[in-house]
Amino acid sequence: MKTIIITTLVITIIGIVVGAGLVYIGNKFHVEVDEREAAVREVLPGNNCGACGYAGCDAVAAAIAAGEAPVNACPVGGAAVTKMVGEIMGVSAEAAERKIAFVRCKGNCDVTHNQGNYVGIRDCRSAVLAGIPVTDCDYGCLGFGSCVAVCPQNAITVKNGVAEVNRARCVGCGLCAKACPRGLIELIPESKRVAVQCSNKDRGPLVKKVCSAGCIGCTLCVRQCGSDAISVTDNLAHVDYEKCIQCGKCAEKCPSKVIIPPLNA
Amino acid sequence: MTSLIMIMIGNALIHNVVLNQFLGICSFLGVSKQIKASASLGVAVIFVITIASAVASLLYDYVLAPFGLDFMKTIVFILVIAALVQIVEMFLKKTSPAIYKALGIFLPLITTNCAVLGVALTNVQNGYNLIECIVSGFGTAVGYTIAIVLLASIRTRIREEDLPAPLRGAPIVLIAAALMSIAFMGFAGLSF
Repeated sequence: MKTIIITTLVITIIGIVVGAGLVYIGNKFHVEVDEREAAVREVLPGNNCGACGYAGCDAVAAAIAAGEAPVNACPVGGAAVTKMVGEIMGVSAEAAERKIAFVRCKGNCDVTHNQGNYVGIRDCRSAVLAGIPVTDCDYGCLGFGSCVAVCPQNAITVKNGVAEVNRARCVGCGLCAKACPRGLIELIPESKRVAVQCSNKDRGPLVKKVCSAGCIGCTLCVRQCGSDAISVTDNLAHVDYEKCIQCGKCAEKCPSKVIIPPLNA
Repeated sequence: MTSLIMIMIGNALIHNVVLNQFLGICSFLGVSKQIKASASLGVAVIFVITIASAVASLLYDYVLAPFGLDFMKTIVFILVIAALVQIVEMFLKKTSPAIYKALGIFLPLITTNCAVLGVALTNVQNGYNLIECIVSGFGTAVGYTIAIVLLASIRTRIREEDLPAPLRGAPIVLIAAALMSIAFMGFAGLSF
């Protein structure tokens, strides 16, 4: 009987001492752990595409929780994810609009001339490195599909020599824009449709010589625009999406029909 | 001094905790996929076992033995080791986040590593004093680290081999561990 009592007492005392010690040390060595980081990580898409510019979803979650990245840092998740992250972080989410990749070239095999003397690796970056012309146009799409290869959503196809983005599939990660050696791909807000489908910076006559669908820098569109949203620099029109109201007047007047009209037109 | 060296080498090689006493097999097989990870676990184990041996020895000598509670040592040691790992974890988290990050999940995993408990109990059984307990704990943990790093290096090579289908995965790892165990029997010739 005595043994049982002693045993119980000693073990109880050891338990209490250990427990109290843990509580004391736990308080003393308390480290602020940001629970929001784990919560943010939960709502992120988790495909680690790296489009946000961080090493992956874990890294961007840490950055958001630390306040180093905005709540809309994930371009892939779009408005839904931004809203959830905003709720976790206690920030009312500013609507980050989904962006969609757009290939600024219209020069398919019908309107431009293919010199066809490049016989190297069928890859855009290799072709640019080799310095051998693939098409007459020095700015246009090469059509070997380096962007197709990097697209995680299989949203890009090369049709008739020009890459084309499937708007429904694109998640706006921007990997194609980084892969394109000619920098043809631009990320455009989903609601905007008016866009200049050419990247040629040569002067009008030179453009006409190589491609019948190119922007000749005539500035007719600039004069049409009521909201000062379109400008011509380096003989190439460009739309400012902060200002563009999608009226489509520029597209109507464009002599080369290189500006895409708005969706509702 | 000589006896301490003997305890050290004896525990690290001759009575290797994994390959001779078959303790801590779970983490030995579970974490030995990468050399780096297993080395981290090894360091964490060295750290915890050394401290745990000291604390267990003190507890046994000054609390359990005087009260004649020898039979309760297993339960008390489990309790103390679990608390100790928690304390070490909190301490590292606060004082050196770099080490804490490097050890990562392995630190809490050690709580359930039977090698830690095994060392504490063996020490008591052998009637070691405090210094001998610490040396014995350290030696055992070094033995554990040697074994797990060796297995991890073997496994990284096995992965690149074209194995017969039935041997792929766990079977070949168990065979490799068994061969290592047999090889370590050779140390028994170092009779101390």
